Amino acid sequence: MGVALDPRLFAAISAARAAQLASRTLKRGGGSTIPGVVARRVDPQVLNKLSRRLPLGSAAITGTNGKTTTTHMVGKILQAAGLRAVNNSTGANLVTGVTAALVGDASLSGRPSSEMGLFEVDEASVPRVAAEARLKILAVLNLFRDQLDRYGELAYTGKVIASAFADLPRDGAVVLNADDPLVASLGGSATNPIFYGVDAPDLDTGRLQHVADSKGCPVCGTPLQYDAVYMGHVGVYRCPRGDFARPEPAYRASRVRLEGARGSSFVLATPKGEREARTALPGLYNVYNALAAAAIAGEAGVGPDDVVRGLGEFGGAFGRVERIRAGDREAFLLLIKNPVGFNEILRTFITDEAAKNVLIAINDNDADGRDVSWLWDVDFEMLADAQAENATAAAPFTVSGLRAGDMAVRLKYADLPVGPVIPDRKEAIKTALEATPPGETLYVLPTYTAMLEIRKALADTGYTHQFWED
Amino acid sequence: MKLTIHHLYADMMNLYGDRGNVISIRKRCEWRGIPVDVVDVGLGERVRPTGCDLFLFGGGQDREQALLADDLSGSKGADIRAFVEDGGTVLGVCGGYQLMGHFYETPEGERLPGVGIFDLHTEPRKPDEARLIGNVLVDVPAPEDDEERQVVGFENHGGRTYLDDCEPLGRVVAGFGNNGTDGTEGARRLNAYGTYLHGSLLPKNPWLTDQLILNVLRRRDASFELEPLDDAAEHHAFESMSGRLAGRR
Ligand SMILES: [Zn+2]
Repeated sequence: MGVALDPRLFAAISAARAAQLASRTLKRGGGSTIPGVVARRVDPQVLNKLSRRLPLGSAAITGTNGKTTTTHMVGKILQAAGLRAVNNSTGANLVTGVTAALVGDASLSGRPSSEMGLFEVDEASVPRVAAEARLKILAVLNLFRDQLDRYGELAYTGKVIASAFADLPRDGAVVLNADDPLVASLGGSATNPIFYGVDAPDLDTGRLQHVADSKGCPVCGTPLQYDAVYMGHVGVYRCPRGDFARPEPAYRASRVRLEGARGSSFVLATPKGEREARTALPGLYNVYNALAAAAIAGEAGVGPDDVVRGLGEFGGAFGRVERIRAGDREAFLLLIKNPVGFNEILRTFITDEAAKNVLIAINDNDADGRDVSWLWDVDFEMLADAQAENATAAAPFTVSGLRAGDMAVRLKYADLPVGPVIPDRKEAIKTALEATPPGETLYVLPTYTAMLEIRKALADTGYTHQFWED
Repeated sequence: MKLTIHHLYADMMNLYGDRGNVISIRKRCEWRGIPVDVVDVGLGERVRPTGCDLFLFGGGQDREQALLADDLSGSKGADIRAFVEDGGTVLGVCGGYQLMGHFYETPEGERLPGVGIFDLHTEPRKPDEARLIGNVLVDVPAPEDDEERQVVGFENHGGRTYLDDCEPLGRVVAGFGNNGTDGTEGARRLNAYGTYLHGSLLPKNPWLTDQLILNVLRRRDASFELEPLDDAAEHHAFESMSGRLAGRR
């Protein structure tokens, strides 16, 4: 394949390589974005140039929840189809991180070693990435309120994302979650919207959880009527005035069976046929991630057999759900991002499986979200009701994190017994593991930075073996 | 004696954990043997005060604000205003607080009329101004015992509220408050309270919760007293945040 040498691009890639080496040697961290920053300084067109050379183009994945998991799922599917994709690393989801990934994938002359780009992109960065990276597919997973802290308003975030649709080529596809009203409404701005959705009437929770987000019609603002609510504001809905309803999904999951920690199975319908599919990741939210991945891969031209094979082989993205053997006990880490995810985890693990040993760790650093109001939207009352009903009182939860005090108050007001309150994360995981009987599992529910701290504390103790690795 | 919470626009305006305020009032009453009813008041529904009532008015997004301003412009707003004049207790947070003033101007320049309980107005942030976001510590004079009290919470608002002729709820110790410039936070008139603080507001500030409950119940029985509760967990949560903020002063 003859690619003419572009001296400026060559200089940009060389400079990025040198910068990466230096940042690794100096252990300054940030190694995943620095090469992108440097390369863009030398050649502002570097992202545009490199992405043009990817034979299958690029897909970008954005939304509040599940970006990382979905991106890794698509990667696994492409791998099953014999395709190689370049993707950015978690925490590098701005335009510099995307640039760094492509620079790292390319030879010095600018020849990519991958066939396709696969990027998770922060919601606010979508327009810039779309303008430069020649996306073939742009997927929007969901819009929940945990970025309110950063962007002000959900509807505004939707508008920002939709403004990027015009940068897609004529044969490009915008992949949207039909079950999230705000996301589905973005289809009106797209030439070729492709929807995915879940049809599982038996999973209807029967009521909207106490999580605000977008419950008003995106067209007229009237409260939407729901035929089924799966989680948060996600479900099957329509505007009572008739000007907006859940679009018909082209990719659909039905007969969904949630099997707790073992994962889920479902029937996947695609424009190219129906298959039995399963994912090892637990919870309905991971069925959504798998469905999104199937839609993205399907639109990239991958057939349904490779899709279900890739999904089945996928074990979990770094840090989202993780099992770590801790001597004769086991630590099960479940990342907490927002009330919807927290409710799902309570529903999947704590209520159904009557998990006996639980540590909750809430931090409020920037990466966690500084506002912890959402703890009050989590349905701990449901948990208290379930325990009262089954007369299966779990041991009091251990509470940790910078906002351990807030979490303890939340449990108190749900009439749940509060165990030890240990703000220090390292001390908390140690104490909670010791209190866990041998052979049993400790469920650890941390926010993002608390998870990093707890994982490090476990590694420092020599507990590093993970059951699920990507 | 039963306390009734009227949660205004509960389904649309619970953006910042207002549910925490409802739970806080409910539990602190129930722990003292006072039954609580929660009535959700939606668009197009009239308010029907029964005597022992507390109105909660939470925050929403701009799209909802416009619908609510419209809904409140008729007799509903007038009923709530009359309820306040009569000594009724209202707590407005963020968007709800803004609509308790004379008007709220949206970033698009639309002036949404408020209920006019407080003599204040809210202007949009200018393009070069940031949203006011972060933890807040406020000194609040407590009229019950003349003691200075404190409140912690989290604020997240683009609008700047200016008090025209109205007492603030308190003085900002750390954070932005009404507008980030004059050091005031919230508003207070009779038994109406307005504030930008969520977090949620009431769970970590149990004295304020109790003051609201007392305001309500004393309308029925002027000598009513509340049994003290064990607030160790609440005080611990309050102090871990106020300690952090006081160090940043
Ligand atoms: Zn409508």
